[in-house]
Parts: sequence; C-alpha cells; structure tokens
Amino acid sequence: MTRSAHVAVIGGGVNGCSIAYNLAKQGCTDVVVFEKSYLCSGSTGRCGAGVRCQWGTEMNCRLAFESIKMFETLNEELGYDYDIEFKQKGYLILAYTEKEWEQFKLNVRLQNSLGIPSRLVTPEEARGIVPGLCTEGMLGATYCKKDGHCNPHHTTWAYARAAERLGVRVKTGVEVKDIMVRNGRVRKVVTSEGAYNVEVVVNAAGPWAKPIGAMVGLDIPVYTERHQILVTEPCAPVQDPMVISFSKHFYCQQTPHGSFVMGYGDPTEVKGYDIGHSWQFLERMVQVVTPVLPVLKELRLVRQWSGLYTISPDCQPILGGTPKVEGFFMAVGFSGHGFMLAPVVGRLVAEQIMGRPTSLDISMLDLERFDRGELILEPSVV
Amino acid sequence: MDEDRVIICRCEEVTLKRVRELLDKGLHTMDEIKRISRCGMGPCQGKTCRPLLAQEIANYLGIDVGSVALPTFRPPTKPVKLGVIARGDECD
Repeated sequence: MTRSAHVAVIGGGVNGCSIAYNLAKQGCTDVVVFEKSYLCSGSTGRCGAGVRCQWGTEMNCRLAFESIKMFETLNEELGYDYDIEFKQKGYLILAYTEKEWEQFKLNVRLQNSLGIPSRLVTPEEARGIVPGLCTEGMLGATYCKKDGHCNPHHTTWAYARAAERLGVRVKTGVEVKDIMVRNGRVRKVVTSEGAYNVEVVVNAAGPWAKPIGAMVGLDIPVYTERHQILVTEPCAPVQDPMVISFSKHFYCQQTPHGSFVMGYGDPTEVKGYDIGHSWQFLERMVQVVTPVLPVLKELRLVRQWSGLYTISPDCQPILGGTPKVEGFFMAVGFSGHGFMLAPVVGRLVAEQIMGRPTSLDISMLDLERFDRGELILEPSVV
Repeated sequence: MDEDRVIICRCEEVTLKRVRELLDKGLHTMDEIKRISRCGMGPCQGKTCRPLLAQEIANYLGIDVGSVALPTFRPPTKPVKLGVIARGDECD
C-alpha cells in the first residue's frame, strides 16, 4: 500500500524539524519527516552550538538577527518541557590583521544599520569582557551581546515534538532511497519503509543534500568538509562570550553546562564525508587557542568529535524552490551556520511552500543564483 | 525504590527517573538519551553508565541487552589537560 503526505521533509536535523513545525503552524499538518538515523544525528548535533548575528553580508545579518529574536522565546513558542539552553552572553570576534580590522569596521557599520547592537572594542575593552584574554597581536575586536549559545539537541527535539503535537509524522530510522518526478514535478518518495505519494519534497538533508538533489536530476553545487571540535570538563563560569577568530580559524565558548566547546577550521581539510577524528587536530586546536585564552590550559579535554560543513559557492544557504522541478524545495548549503539560522529558515521556507509572501525577502538565495552568477559572498566564516 | 535517588550517570548526575521519563517520551536509543540527558558525556566517558543505560533500554523495550546499539566511543579514554596537549611537540 502506498501511503501519502502533502509534504515530505528529508532530514531530521534542526532545519528539517523547524520547517516541519512551521508548516504545521501555518496550517499544513499533512507532513512527514524522514530521518535515516535519529534526530540531530548529522551536522546539527555535531555543531559548535554558537548563535550570532555578527555577519558580513546583509542577508546573513537579517536572517541571523531574526533567528536570535525567535530563539529568545522558543521554549515558550514550542511548549518545551525542558530547556533549549539559550544563553545570550555575546560573541567577541578578534581582529589580528589590518585587513580583518578594516572588514570588521564595515561589518559593524552594516550590522548597526540593521539594528544589530554590535560595536568595535579596543584590546583593553576586550579584556574587560573576557578576563584573562591575552590580547597580544590583537588590533581590536567586535562584540555583540545579543549573540551566544543554544543547545542543538534540545532545540531540534523541541521542534520535532512541537511538530508532532500539531500532527506531523516524524519517522526516524527511515531512509529516503529515491524520489520520483513525473511531468516536471515531484510525485513520490521511495523510502526504506515503502513509498509515499507526495505533492512537495523538502531537501533538508545537510551533508546528503547533493545526493538527494541528484534523485530529481538537480546538481546542487555544494561540497562537504570535516570540521573537528572538542569539549572540556565543566568548571565554574569564567567566560561569558564566544571568542572567535577568523584568521586563527578557531572558536571557543563556555556552555551553560560549564564545559568549554571549541573548534578549529583546518584550512587544509580535504573535502569528503570523513567524520573521524585526529590527534593532529587536538594539538593544533590547543596550540592556537591556549595562547589567546591561557586559563584553558588547566582544563581537561573530555571528548573530541567531528561533523560536516556543507558548503555552497558563496557560503550562504540555498533556500526555496526551483523552476526546474516543481514541488521540490531546498534548505541546504548552510556552510557551517545552519543551526543558528534554523528558526527563521523554518518559517521562511514554510511560507514559500505555502505559496505565501515571505516575511523576509530571500528570493536571491535560490539555487538559480549560481546560474545567474549572482553570488553573495560572506567574508565572516570559520 | 526511589527512582529519583538512583543515579545512572555519576558524572552528569542523571537519575533513573530521568532515564525512564525519556524512554516514556519516545527516546529509545542510547544515542538519543545521551544527547538529551548528557548521560555518558562526562569525564569518565560513560564507563559506568553505558551498561546501566543499555540495560534500562533493553528492559523497557523487552529486548536483549546485546541488541542495544552503543554510542561511538570517542577519544580520549581518560581526560587530559589542554596544557599537556599544548606541549605535545616538546620533549620532556
């Protein structure tokens, strides 16, 4: 027997669950989410859990700022029994080169013009914000108190449970094997537990976005890359904001739990699906971060892991439908910042699927921008 | 037995009550329960709580404990100070 759903969402990460919830909230409850493993098992659950609105393009600033406003009330919005652990203790972004500093001045001007309360700070001020910060070689920093941390596991689960309460079916352990297209529109999704007749398919498959796209004949221009990360034992609160440097390729934040989570984006990392771990990462990570935050030397490493960035040609997500395949929508290519955008992305993509005007104009984030050559390059990524 | 006073994960202070509550809410794998409750995420790397949690899941689902999938074992086996790793390329 072939089952049916109006919308099939592929991927039980935070964006898939947020889209499913928002569809149901906007009145479309005949939705099924397919997750081949368990919720949050892919990139979402492996991410650094940072949330920031200090971006370098107007689009990312608008999306992230709106998302942060949504995170502020998300526990209540989703009626969550536990806590998504949203903490707004800021992001401190360090500048070490003249080029970086000049870019940061532009970024702050742009952010302020959009209402984001970021500001330039001197190395002395930075030390006041993060006691113990070593400012050697630092030209300055930018700081925004609205930024911070949120727990990706709880957030995803909160979305999934809220969606289920509204009637959405969340199917974990069910893998999508194929998508049938007839006369230019999606008709059927073939899964490991049988076929579903559908009107709409949403590709929110994270690192598997490209193979899912290939099922409908689309070449989605993204690639995957391993990013490694570690967590320490917990200690008393000593560092409020996330400390991050693009030129040193690291980020480091103390979570509400007390542990420090930090990552290093290795510029020589090879593309692919490897999510193994290496001792070279540990050494490099620690050698880069401890001169800046010497207090960390006394903390013990508890665990290391890795996850995949799915990177688009301009490091901005690909959102929405495509004239090439009717009924096929995408929320892919987040380039390492998919978690923090999920609240607003869920709402906007749901609006697109419902055929409504979107509450923020994201038409330039379509797949066709690469054909048109209209890339929106983001300068501020780790 | 007072489930609220029985500790499954000592590092993260996860009680039996919490584990059973999550099982009732539909989390039936060690990976899921770990990520929501932090059970097994502490400095001992789950050395104590893994078998306890696996047994709880097996009992709840009425399956053999051997068929409960274990989460990935991740390095290091024992916590190491970052300062020690930072000196990794020096000779002692």
